[in-house]
Amino acid sequence: MAEEIVQDVKVIVFQLKNEEYAVPVTQVGSIEKMEHITRVPNTEDFIKGVINMRGVVTPIVDLRSRLGLEETPVDENTRIIIVDLEETSIGLIVDAANDVVDIPVNKIEEAPQVIGAIDIDYIDGVVNLEDRLVILLDLRKVLKFHEIEAIKSIES
Amino acid sequence: MEIDQYLGVFIEESKEHLQSLNQHLLELEKQPEDIGLVNEIFRSAHTLKGMSATMGYQDLANLTHQMENVLDAIRNHQLTINPDILDIVFEAVDNLEEMVLDIESGGAGTKEVTELVRQLEAIESGEALHQSNAAAEHKTPEEESSLLLDEFELAVLRESEEKGFQNFYTKVTLREDCMLKAARVYMVFEVLESLGEVVKSNPDVSQLEDEAFDLTFEVLLVTKEPKELIEEKILKVSEIDAVSIQNFFIDTYKHVQDAANEETAAAVMEEKTEAMTTEKKAQQSNKTIRVNIERLDILMNLFEELVIDRGRLEQIAEEVKHPELHETVERMARISGDLQSIVLTMRMVSIDQVFNRFPRMVRQLAKDLGKKIDLQIEGAETELDRTVIDEIGDPLVHLIRNSLDHGIETPEVRRGLGKPETGTIKLKAYHSGNHVFIDISDDGAGINRKKITDKAINNGLITKEQAAIMNDNQIFGLIMESGFSTAETISDISGRGVGLDVVRNTIESLGGTITISSEEGKGSMFSIELPLTLSIISVLLVEIQKEKYAVPLSSIIETAIIPKSDIMHVHNQAVIDFRGRVVPLVSLKDVFQVPNVYEETDYYSVVIIKKGDKSAGLIVDGFIGQQEIVLKSLGNYLTEIFAISGATILGDGQVALIIDSNALIK
Repeated sequence: MAEEIVQDVKVIVFQLKNEEYAVPVTQVGSIEKMEHITRVPNTEDFIKGVINMRGVVTPIVDLRSRLGLEETPVDENTRIIIVDLEETSIGLIVDAANDVVDIPVNKIEEAPQVIGAIDIDYIDGVVNLEDRLVILLDLRKVLKFHEIEAIKSIES
Repeated sequence: MEIDQYLGVFIEESKEHLQSLNQHLLELEKQPEDIGLVNEIFRSAHTLKGMSATMGYQDLANLTHQMENVLDAIRNHQLTINPDILDIVFEAVDNLEEMVLDIESGGAGTKEVTELVRQLEAIESGEALHQSNAAAEHKTPEEESSLLLDEFELAVLRESEEKGFQNFYTKVTLREDCMLKAARVYMVFEVLESLGEVVKSNPDVSQLEDEAFDLTFEVLLVTKEPKELIEEKILKVSEIDAVSIQNFFIDTYKHVQDAANEETAAAVMEEKTEAMTTEKKAQQSNKTIRVNIERLDILMNLFEELVIDRGRLEQIAEEVKHPELHETVERMARISGDLQSIVLTMRMVSIDQVFNRFPRMVRQLAKDLGKKIDLQIEGAETELDRTVIDEIGDPLVHLIRNSLDHGIETPEVRRGLGKPETGTIKLKAYHSGNHVFIDISDDGAGINRKKITDKAINNGLITKEQAAIMNDNQIFGLIMESGFSTAETISDISGRGVGLDVVRNTIESLGGTITISSEEGKGSMFSIELPLTLSIISVLLVEIQKEKYAVPLSSIIETAIIPKSDIMHVHNQAVIDFRGRVVPLVSLKDVFQVPNVYEETDYYSVVIIKKGDKSAGLIVDGFIGQQEIVLKSLGNYLTEIFAISGATILGDGQVALIIDSNALIK
């Protein structure tokens, strides 16, 4: 049998409540400490506002509230992960940024379909790393990019 | 030769030449007897030909070559200009434009032009005399050689004469704006050396290499090739203005030299210095350099960062209260203020860039529609920020097309009305305060109020009752509402209404306004008001509870502090009586759902804003002060947020949102 070449993806693992989530390193611009957020009125609840990210006005999304978890007060572990999607930078508030891991592609399993009631289309897959279970997020869906694009295409 | 590095220059210059071709052709159409114009056109065509041949664009070169022949015949009075000839020349220029655009977008610049070339040839041979005659005519045989030859050179020349070679005195003039003089000289020499031998040059080769000459240089060439061929080959080098070639005979040279006393030499010298001074004058009047727009954008971005840091420094100085620091910061603020105005003016471009394509367009459209139009342009030198210039073209095209199509009547109708057959469209740009105004007016049919009203009622835009109380300007404004136009009114030129709402949206997105005034039977006028610059604006910073917001100064009439007891209610709407006017109040705290932190006081701080002739009062919790801020977009993730037009970064590094006051006035 020929030797199988296993590809790895590098991901950043972060904490939300009791679970660990991950996004590919390639989509992450930087990880920042919490700072003053300017509230933007009349937006969706999970959009916390905007911050000044080195001269660029960057929107901030509270990932807990977006994923339907209760919000928690900011503590010294709270981080903002700046992700870059299609030339747009967006900050995600997470409980803590844990580490960077290599995940072999063939270890990524499809998300279990048992939760049923909740819309979980933003989960890309699940990885079992020894004793850790890491959930891979599809950022485009988490951030409702498709919905924004849909609105744009209707408008035009 | 490395072609690629010249491609940018080639495209840029070709466009300039095409623009000047268009412009002069239009003038020529009005004054066909002006040979000066023909010369201008000929020069542009000629340079274009040379450049495209050097760059290897054969179709481009062929077409310009043929066009040049026709022009040459015209300027030698062998042909008289008539509209047919002009049409074909215009068509040729159109084709050239297409080819250049093709090259710019990475194409090969090829196009099927044989038919056009044939037409041009027909024109040329139809009435033209012998081309060779013409060529001979525009030579300037009286040109004198100012070359001084030593014995050795004379010997070489004499020998070559005896061996049946010809000696040519060649004078090459480079174009005034030639950028790489040494390179051009090198190219000319390469051409010459492929044809024969260069015996002498003035100035000498090392001086030529150092570009230590004005625009002309002279060369003595020994060759067996005919004069015409040499001339043609030299002209293929780009940026050559003129070449003159004469036979050089040693006997005459000697004769002249012998007879020459100091007088003639002095005369030559004088002539030369005179030529040089005029050259210098021409250069002085045009001391500009080309700068890549991207670099200006980078400069602007850097400057914006500086403005933010300046704000931060000012704040720190305020807190620290150190007199020396304070003084320095103040000085810095002044200097950066000056710097700001310079950076801003550097990005200003004259609106001529947009206007200059209109004469052509109007000419074509007028022809298509069978109308006679005189386009008058005023204030083309008015300057605007480049970002505005980039955006304003399309709306203007649309408005002009609209005036042509719907405004100006056909010549027959106009005659019947006792108007001059030729309609006038006037394009006028001017500065006023911090704004630029562009007016597009015509002396056409004007807008029929009743027609517009009926249609608006039919389309459900307004009710009959509303129509009755609306003034003319409000009614005319309806034609720019989306949903005003119906499909059946679309024509080739402009479907009235389709697009006029787009025009208004574009202008409003630039922070401008557009108004229409019209008198039936006399004509209409579209007035556009635009801000001078988009990136740095003056705002009033206000506080709403603990949040800071910025209100653009341009929309503020004044601020006031009013006691609670002054507020009245009309139909559940809070209003105040302000200087005799009833002004509705808008609580920004409610609009922006600002969390309550402070106790309410008995006084309200109110910012009175305007939109057209309407006004409103914004209730805030406090005024912080006036400030220059850098406009930042919220990006494309947060779009269409009600009453927020953008954001800015304050001195303390925090983001403040900019209020779109237009959205708050109904």
